[in-house]
Amino acid sequence: MTEVTYRDALRQALNDAMSEDEAVILMGEEVGLYGGAYGVTKGLLDTFGAHRVIDTPISEPGIVGAAIGAAMTGLRPVAEIMYVDFAGMVMDQLANQAAKSRYMFGGQIGVPMVLRTQGGTGRSAAAQHSQSLEAWIMHTPGLRLAMPGTVSDAYHLLRDAMRQPDPVVFIEHKGLYTMKGEIGAAPDAPWGQPARRRAGQDLTIATYSRMLHETLTAAAAMAPEVEVEVIDLRCLNPLDDSLLMESVRRTGRCMIVTEAVTTGSVASEIAARVTEQCFDFLEEPPLRLGGEDIPIPVSPDLESASIPEARLIEDVARWLVTREAPSWAA
Amino acid sequence: MTLVNDAPLNRYRTMRRIRTFEERVGELFLKGQSAGSMLHLSIGEEAVVGLTDHMAEGDTFTTHHRGHGIFLARGADPMRMLAEIGGREAGYCRGKGGSMHIADRSLGHLGANAIVGGGIPHIIGAGITARNTGSDAISVAFFGDGAMGQGILYEAMNMAALWKLPVVFCCINNQYGMGTRVDRSAGRQDFPARAEAFGLQAARADGADVEVVHDTARTIVEGARDKQPGFLEIDAYRFHGHARMDKSPYRTPEEEEEGRRRDPLVTARIALDDAAALDAIDAKVTAEMDTAMEAAIAAPPPAPDTMFQDVYDPATPAPEPQRTRISRVLEDFA
Repeated sequence: MTEVTYRDALRQALNDAMSEDEAVILMGEEVGLYGGAYGVTKGLLDTFGAHRVIDTPISEPGIVGAAIGAAMTGLRPVAEIMYVDFAGMVMDQLANQAAKSRYMFGGQIGVPMVLRTQGGTGRSAAAQHSQSLEAWIMHTPGLRLAMPGTVSDAYHLLRDAMRQPDPVVFIEHKGLYTMKGEIGAAPDAPWGQPARRRAGQDLTIATYSRMLHETLTAAAAMAPEVEVEVIDLRCLNPLDDSLLMESVRRTGRCMIVTEAVTTGSVASEIAARVTEQCFDFLEEPPLRLGGEDIPIPVSPDLESASIPEARLIEDVARWLVTREAPSWAA
Repeated sequence: MTLVNDAPLNRYRTMRRIRTFEERVGELFLKGQSAGSMLHLSIGEEAVVGLTDHMAEGDTFTTHHRGHGIFLARGADPMRMLAEIGGREAGYCRGKGGSMHIADRSLGHLGANAIVGGGIPHIIGAGITARNTGSDAISVAFFGDGAMGQGILYEAMNMAALWKLPVVFCCINNQYGMGTRVDRSAGRQDFPARAEAFGLQAARADGADVEVVHDTARTIVEGARDKQPGFLEIDAYRFHGHARMDKSPYRTPEEEEEGRRRDPLVTARIALDDAAALDAIDAKVTAEMDTAMEAAIAAPPPAPDTMFQDVYDPATPAPEPQRTRISRVLEDFA
């Protein structure tokens, strides 16, 4: 099997879905002629034409609103919002319209659309182009949320997202587009379920997107002294937590590693669920290790210091399991 | 099949049905049978029928929160509408949406909206669908003068013109966004000029005369079917307050009196000049709405567990009720 990049896997998923189903259309800023701000949609305009690969004005609410109307009337739109930070522009269409149509209208009108976007740090893109806003989505019933952390998931989760009868927010990571890997013949887990990326018995770490790789690096560095189980959440809303709870009940310890601001985060939600469902099994409190509660600064030094990386994950994990405090601890 | 000569009489009938329906909605509230008081009546705005009469099966539309009349004109069953407004299971949305979120996909109604301007861009998507599937359907967004202040309208008008989509923007200008008269919210009140600036075919029609609206709307709707998107402003007056509880303290009785003189039903009666026939229509409409009202009030509320249905598609497990989760947590812990 050949290795491809995360970006190629996404493009392949779009290409395959569009080849199979004429109802699939793409729309967004620079998705056509330019090929996508990060090159994901390069070449698709030539293949599928301007009626299916639609370059739009810079009108994010209009893009999402148009995708909603297309979805309501029989197409399968994939709308692209260049940066998840622009969610601030589109939250009415996303949270009040797309998310609630099926419910408000008594089940009559689903909105089978995918909103592709990307987030995260790593490119010194600063406060308005580097956020991890998945908690905004997770806080809205009616929206589905998928965040691929691997090349295979980039393909399979996007294909699965395009088959859903309800709106899916699909958040890629700008730091993963050039990562190489193989596209598996089948998805690593069914749609909606997490995947166990590493087995272990001392500590469970729940994570997703780019932090999966920092976590796996940390886990590899700690073995065999400390064996960490790594759960990739993949699909965050609705969240199927059964695999995670089974794991925490076995290991007795849980850490949640994310890039997002920690307060009011996905990590907070996971910590609450672990506390409720695994209380009797816990050796230590569930621990959140996320981004600092600050806007993302532009300086590469400040930016990288504001979010977890493998070394910090390892320090905290070791502390949690062996009670050895790292050097930075007061 | 309606004879051409019957059309004005039929438009009168539809307008009367809207007027009487809206009066029943007000009564539903007074009887304590409505779900809440967020009921926005379209009395005074019935001449929108002049546009809806140009719509055909397969056409789609979205409305604002004051859209009862539009939905009725497009074929809605008044009993199911009243049941929805009363939060009953028999309602169009099984008691989940109510007055401000009523819809019926089979009649082309893609949804009423309680966010000002929120439903407008959906017609752009419907227009793309029509274009890509070779359908001759049009899609119409109905909204009020309040939405003229929302950015999403201008994004959508630009897209419509850019892609030459079969869509119509219909602004029912009832002079008020809640308590703010249009001269306090718009620097320049020539709304068709705004639409023209984007490249739409635009017109304004006198909402006191449904036949004028009908004549003006013909060009706009035919243009849309021919990929020339359009904009129609219907100049009307909101006879009552913003919502059921609003007594309109921000406007004078004199202004209201003058506004209510611009009554499209009165104009139509004078033009049709057949009191006996019109009274017969009125009596039939009253009977129809009385029957609908009775049936809606008698309809039962939804069962409590339907609360968890339709958050996602039926194949997805419904959200876990809070009591179930709490019991599970505390019983496991014990």
